[in-house]
Amino acid sequence: MSIKYQEIAEITSQEEISDGIFSMWIKTENIAKNAVAGQFVSLYSSDSASILPRPISICEVKDDKSGLRLVYRVAGKGTSEFSGLKEKDTIKVLGPLGNGYTLKNETAMLIAGGIGVPPIVELAKQLHQKGIKDIKAVVGYRSELFLKEELEKYCNVYVATEDGSSGVKGNVMDAIRENGLTADVVYACGPKPMLKAVSDYAKQNDIEAQISLEERMACGIGACLACVCKSKEVDEHSNVKNKRICADGPVFDSREVEL
Amino acid sequence: MNTKVNLAGVELENPVMTASGTFGSGMEYGKFVDLNNLGAVVTKGVANVPWEGNPVPRVAEVYGGMLNAIGLQNPGIDLFVKRDLPFLAKYNTKVIVNVCGRTLEDYLEVVERLGDEDTVDMLEINISCPNVKEGGIAFGQNEKSVEHVTKEIKKIAKQPVIMKLSPNVTDITVMAKAAEAGGADVVSLINTITGMKIDIERQTFVLANKTGGMSGPAVKPVAVRMVYQVANAVKIPIIGMGGISTAEDAIEFMLAGATAVSVGTANFVNPYTTKEVVDGIKSYMNSHNITDINSVIGAVR
Repeated sequence: MSIKYQEIAEITSQEEISDGIFSMWIKTENIAKNAVAGQFVSLYSSDSASILPRPISICEVKDDKSGLRLVYRVAGKGTSEFSGLKEKDTIKVLGPLGNGYTLKNETAMLIAGGIGVPPIVELAKQLHQKGIKDIKAVVGYRSELFLKEELEKYCNVYVATEDGSSGVKGNVMDAIRENGLTADVVYACGPKPMLKAVSDYAKQNDIEAQISLEERMACGIGACLACVCKSKEVDEHSNVKNKRICADGPVFDSREVEL
Repeated sequence: MNTKVNLAGVELENPVMTASGTFGSGMEYGKFVDLNNLGAVVTKGVANVPWEGNPVPRVAEVYGGMLNAIGLQNPGIDLFVKRDLPFLAKYNTKVIVNVCGRTLEDYLEVVERLGDEDTVDMLEINISCPNVKEGGIAFGQNEKSVEHVTKEIKKIAKQPVIMKLSPNVTDITVMAKAAEAGGADVVSLINTITGMKIDIERQTFVLANKTGGMSGPAVKPVAVRMVYQVANAVKIPIIGMGGISTAEDAIEFMLAGATAVSVGTANFVNPYTTKEVVDGIKSYMNSHNITDINSVIGAVR
């Protein structure tokens, strides 16, 4: 686990890239330098009545490691406040948090749904830089697409939409089936039903799947035990069949956890 | 300047401690603050056997605070003694182990087990967790039971015993007096206030446990009032907590009658809070020409 830093970061840009989905670049001293694909940061509200940090996944790390791109959905008061921040405004950030994806030297399929898409952008970039030739991204949306162009820089992108407005009508598993896609390793981020389907798919095909989970968090650093998931075996830290998503994850081998 | 305070013969470097359940055993927050500078580390509750805790979601934010229903997930005393105590032994801070149980026998087993552990300076008995069905608060809402549990624990405890009190009672002074009558060395208060949050879009409870314990800045006035009432009702020292996030909050609790204070939920908001409270108390003493922190304790009558 990397060292965590609390910083007051400056916003360098903010835009709405899809309905209710915002993309914000922030300038950081140390967080970006230490961040890897699949990790997240905690963002703090400036309203003292909103006490808990908001965990937000890292979408991209700037090439010179001087900043982070955070793509998030406005889901409540905190994220709504963040979406109103402008260039030169500042925000309190803690990170990088959690463990990211473990990059393998094998053909890769990145599967993501909805607001699970952002973290696979940095992952695709890293896999591409690592020299992995065969990288596919399978991304699912309700209707409107976002971050597709970013992904296309590093891999072949297959789309599924619930309303059939782009790509395959249905979900990411439908897209995998209809396009006859396979890979040696699967990396996934998205809603729980999707991750469950990905885990089952990996099991049936006997391939490795690294899945990123989310849960309501408080501390974000492994102390409060709020954001646990069920593990198949007794966990070394908790001594029960619980793992901490913030500290032991958010990325887990699908064989380790019960969804 | 003297910042030392005394809790039942245990001398703390300063009155700032951590609230059980918000700081683990210090491993995570020790990466942000120097544990040597804390008056004491109070560990998360530990039981005789591992507990899985409640289903998720276990936390929810509310205005000025949060609800939690972790359900006392803990690794059990065996692993705790093997892993957490040796970690804490490396630091020059007092170690207070919070003990939880479903039955009186559970508590006694842990208390007895910790009797031989030199690292443990004090025991805090959790008879006030609102999030477990058995044990916890079931012991803390009836004065006869508070006195009985305290008495039985005191019979075998080798370290001073702190009884942690629930605010979810009609009159907290009755429980404090019962703990004192049972032989408690110290009382700590308040544990969380039982609350509820409903998701109006999904028309369901936000927490899987339906109810959760409320903590954070919004509960502070209730906690200060209860500390004041208890300070006027018992002679034993009080550890005050409930919404402390600044040195000013800590001083307020001490003026109300607390000998020591615990920082809880504020750790989640800012991992450096404990250090800031310790430093801030010294600044307050400087700017108010206070040479001994003990002169602040219960100064407002």
